Amino acid sequence: MKRVFKSFKYVFLGLALLFLYIPIIYLIVFSFNDFGTGRHVSYTNIGTWNGFTLRNFLTLFKGEAGDALLLTLEIAAVSSIVATIIGTAAAIGINAMKKRTRTAILNVSQLPMVNPDLVTGITFMMLFAFVNTMLINMGLKHFQIGGFVKLLIAHISFSIPYVIFSVLPRLRQSSDMLYEAAIDLGCSPIQALFKAVIPDIMPGITSGFIMALTMSLDDFVVSYFVGDKSVLSVYIYSSFRTSGVNPAIATVLFVPLVALLLFVNLRSLAKEREYEIQSKKVNLKDKGGITK
Amino acid sequence: MKRKVFAYPYIVWMILFIVVPMFFIFYYAVNVGGQFTLTKFWSTLTDVKNNWLVLWNSIVIALKTTAICLIIAYPIAYILSNMKKSVAGFISLLFFVPMWMNFILRTYSWYAILEYFIPGLIGKPEVSFTGTEFSVLLVLVYDFLPFMILPLYNTLSKIDKSLIEASRDLGANPVKTFFRVVLPLSVPGIVSGITMVFVPAITTFTVPFIIGNGVFTLYGSKIDEAFHQATGVVGDYAVGSTLSIILVICVLISTLIMNYFDKDKESGGQVL
Repeated sequence: MKRVFKSFKYVFLGLALLFLYIPIIYLIVFSFNDFGTGRHVSYTNIGTWNGFTLRNFLTLFKGEAGDALLLTLEIAAVSSIVATIIGTAAAIGINAMKKRTRTAILNVSQLPMVNPDLVTGITFMMLFAFVNTMLINMGLKHFQIGGFVKLLIAHISFSIPYVIFSVLPRLRQSSDMLYEAAIDLGCSPIQALFKAVIPDIMPGITSGFIMALTMSLDDFVVSYFVGDKSVLSVYIYSSFRTSGVNPAIATVLFVPLVALLLFVNLRSLAKEREYEIQSKKVNLKDKGGITK
Repeated sequence: MKRKVFAYPYIVWMILFIVVPMFFIFYYAVNVGGQFTLTKFWSTLTDVKNNWLVLWNSIVIALKTTAICLIIAYPIAYILSNMKKSVAGFISLLFFVPMWMNFILRTYSWYAILEYFIPGLIGKPEVSFTGTEFSVLLVLVYDFLPFMILPLYNTLSKIDKSLIEASRDLGANPVKTFFRVVLPLSVPGIVSGITMVFVPAITTFTVPFIIGNGVFTLYGSKIDEAFHQATGVVGDYAVGSTLSIILVICVLISTLIMNYFDKDKESGGQVL
């Protein structure tokens, strides 16, 4: 009876995982499907297998899809780096504030995380529309906010809170004295920051950066409302019924990301194990000292 | 120089791009073509047949999605939390990796499967499995399941195993132990899981558009329509803004309700 229950558990987990991976495996398999040649390759017959080819990967960067893919990667890279810098600095500053200011700022920072993305997207769309109309009315037509900058501002804004909330816990764990000690020992504030504080909170910064990258790559709703330019998800949304979507996009985006994720996870696992072994050694030494 | 200074760039950014934009919803709801007017605001608010009915339908769909997610996710999280830590860590990672593919791509994949693959498989290419409530629910559950598993797993794995042993030692059978000890202690996880699924499920407009084939309108699609039919014309933001205000209020209410339940149970747990 117990054995039956135990195997049932694994079957259940297996089925759930299968459910989650079906569409991913489907796209990756069909990214090797032959969709025919010619000027207008149609990806709409993504239900029938016509034979193996690598052609989809070669045509990936051409045309609208290629532009969208590049724009997505550019926005993701720039916005996550900027968000990590602003967010980390903010977390360091917030951590040094008095409790009341800190709570107020953190509460406002949670807004983009709690708000439905639909609302976030709409508010950005309105902000940019308002500013651009104002600029036109003032005769400053050339200073209008462009499509790329709009997307960048929006992506940075919704990413920063995730960086702050992954750096802050690390800061709380690390000692408050670290910064002051560095200053006392003759560092300038910037030096103290880079030589003492930041190395100590690096794991938090890394996970914040990865969060920001993920949020940016995964975003559809905000980009859809903000952009005059199509990022990948917006491109898929607008063209999946007419010309279909080259499934190679999925493979190209997913495989490197998973590799990165596994790499970071394995590295942190290895580090933790190292730390455990070291602390065990220290413990043994301490105990040895007591018995002596 | 004090460390506080490092937060100043962010505070400026926050005010400009988080706080200020929020006011534009209210500004554009009562402002048509640069002039203050309540007509559009009021006509949207009183359009029961179009707006409130769709909102009600969306809430029902969102509730169904949340319930199905909870029913599937709880056993998964429970099984994971009882596994050896190293194994559980790896398997739980497997559950969250799919979130790394853009969700439009995943939804598109379901579209391909339901529209082309399954009909081809059963030899009836003219049949389509999209455009039904079942298909929309299926994909919504698919999209939001990891968001339910994550908080549940976090809470369940933090429960002190000695409490369960104590309950068994004191004579409760496994079923009773589950309902009297594990379930009450996992309420915070359930609550945050529900909020993480329910709120995005109300506002989604991509899944009804892609999977629902346009036959299936939810509240998010309604807002999208309001804004995108009015391309470029600032004055027509009014309808969309008003609909958004209603949405924000709904989200606020559901968050407050969830907070209430959360606090209630927490104090109850302390008495125990």
